[in-house]
Amino acid sequence: MKRYSAQIALIVALAISLGVSLVSDNIDAYYLDIALNVGINIILAVSLNLVNGHTGQFSLGHAAFMAVGAYGASIFTLEASQQLIPMLGGPSAFATGTAFLIALVIGGLCAAICGWLVGMPSLRLRGDYLAIVTLGFNEIVRVILQNTSGDGPFGGPLGLKGIPPHSSFFWVFALAAICVYVVASMVNSTYGRGFLAVRDDEVAAGSMGINTVRYKVTAFVTGSFFAGLAGGLYAHLRTTISPEGFNFLKSFDIVVIVILGGMGSTAGVVLAAILLTVLNEFLRDAEEYRMIVFSLLLIIMMIVRPQGLLPSLPFLNRKKKSA
Amino acid sequence: MEQFFQQLLNGLFQGSIYALIALGYTMVYGVLRFINFAHGDVFMLGAFTAFGLHKWLGPTFAAIPWPVSLALTLLISMVVCAVLGMVVERLAYRPLRNRPRLNVLITAIGVSLFIEYTGQLAFGATQRPFPELIPRTAIANTGGLTISIAQVVVLATTVLLLVGLRFIVMKTKMGLAMRALSLNPTASTLMGVNNGVVISFTFGLGSALAAAGGILYASLYPSIEPFMGVQPGLKAFVAAVLGGIGNIPGAALGGLIIGITETLVKGYSQNVGIPSGYSEGVAFVILILILVFKPSGLLGKVEREKV
Repeated sequence: MKRYSAQIALIVALAISLGVSLVSDNIDAYYLDIALNVGINIILAVSLNLVNGHTGQFSLGHAAFMAVGAYGASIFTLEASQQLIPMLGGPSAFATGTAFLIALVIGGLCAAICGWLVGMPSLRLRGDYLAIVTLGFNEIVRVILQNTSGDGPFGGPLGLKGIPPHSSFFWVFALAAICVYVVASMVNSTYGRGFLAVRDDEVAAGSMGINTVRYKVTAFVTGSFFAGLAGGLYAHLRTTISPEGFNFLKSFDIVVIVILGGMGSTAGVVLAAILLTVLNEFLRDAEEYRMIVFSLLLIIMMIVRPQGLLPSLPFLNRKKKSA
Repeated sequence: MEQFFQQLLNGLFQGSIYALIALGYTMVYGVLRFINFAHGDVFMLGAFTAFGLHKWLGPTFAAIPWPVSLALTLLISMVVCAVLGMVVERLAYRPLRNRPRLNVLITAIGVSLFIEYTGQLAFGATQRPFPELIPRTAIANTGGLTISIAQVVVLATTVLLLVGLRFIVMKTKMGLAMRALSLNPTASTLMGVNNGVVISFTFGLGSALAAAGGILYASLYPSIEPFMGVQPGLKAFVAAVLGGIGNIPGAALGGLIIGITETLVKGYSQNVGIPSGYSEGVAFVILILILVFKPSGLLGKVEREKV
């Protein structure tokens, strides 16, 4: 029974998200919106945690992969969905859903390819250098999107609008559950122990025969893929996207969640995603204080409790080192 | 051809400021092995201190010749920012002295954003015109090239500060202690160096240079706002990496290369049909290339990593 507990948890989560989705018309639109934001942030934070927390690579450019996914998925929906839906048997819930899923996966794959392109050369770097390169990549993506022509597929500085609002409770939380499941089982598998080995001591891991570059790239590509999915969900929730929405501050928001939750602690990060997204809503009326609070939170966490909010839990996290 | 030389000159002036900021990164990195992300924000604070001084002492400064008021402004702002830099080090970085480098990096990002957003709250988000500390009139117009007094003074001040810094690092006892600490912190303690004092001093010195950079930058591009330090800060960091982080002449060289490349790209991109906005990304492309092909930088030493 214990062996399948992760799979059972995944199925239960999928069932709950489908169930809630069926009654979501009765939920207040405001709370539903917060809930969807929570779900998207869970995907972003858990996928970044795979890179930053489990593998020990510090990426500061997660919003860039989110942007690639958001643009990829939105362009597919805007340009190709109309042709695709009749091919899937006319405008039905099934056809729209399938087209949306294809759009999301395309967005995720675009992000994964970018993750691979950035990852291959730059993952030979470590620590703070990688942080700066990913931050630089974030800037490059923003600069490119911003300088495209206004009537091209990317919409230039104004971005894209009129994206259909396909992101429902079911899609967001089903994908969040899959993301948590994939990341947790990756890290807990025999293969995934390599991530932790790379994090704990890269040079030692390398000399034990672990192909450190491959592990780092795998983490990076997987993380980027889920960031791309989250980007697609975000685009189809907000219905408009612009290059400015995916700047360094967006990456920073995700980093704060990961740090608060505890690098390498999946459960902690999920909890932090919920806490911070809700806190964000409370601070909406005090916008000018929001970033001050977040940055102070980050500094204080680093000084007082660098391991994050939750101690490692045995189920979703790596087991505590026994003496 | 004239346009080329003009661009080259503009790049030189811009690059000299990057060089000045890059020195702060390089010094802190050389001594403590971490990137002080908040450096670009000290740069902003320097410009705002000068702005405040001129608001407060405007009539007095108007009565004395501009070189004197400029020197005074630079000096006071540098001292103010040096103190701020030391306070930041004390409160945010010192408690993390023996923690993993990533924790310190994360704290530095937090400090950076904290300064930016507190600045936005205190100064307002709007751009403000920077007072004319140095006359912006053109002095030379030979051969189609235009150079303003401000540009010459900026370059001269930068060179002066660079020479001064080199003197401090190479000829003074504090400089010797800094170099010892950067080689081996434990051994330097054993030799009687008070590491805490030296680190404080390094932060103060770096912050003073950043403040000077901020004032000079605002003299060339006369509008200031709380986020003005972000882009120059990042580019100066790239300059430090390009030159070989931890290496003082390297930082100066890197600054010049970044400044000139960026200005040339901005000047010529339109000729080949690329929007000039792409020049914002040039520094990062250089960064990725240098880190992939020569991670130790142009003048840096290769460091071996041990288990």
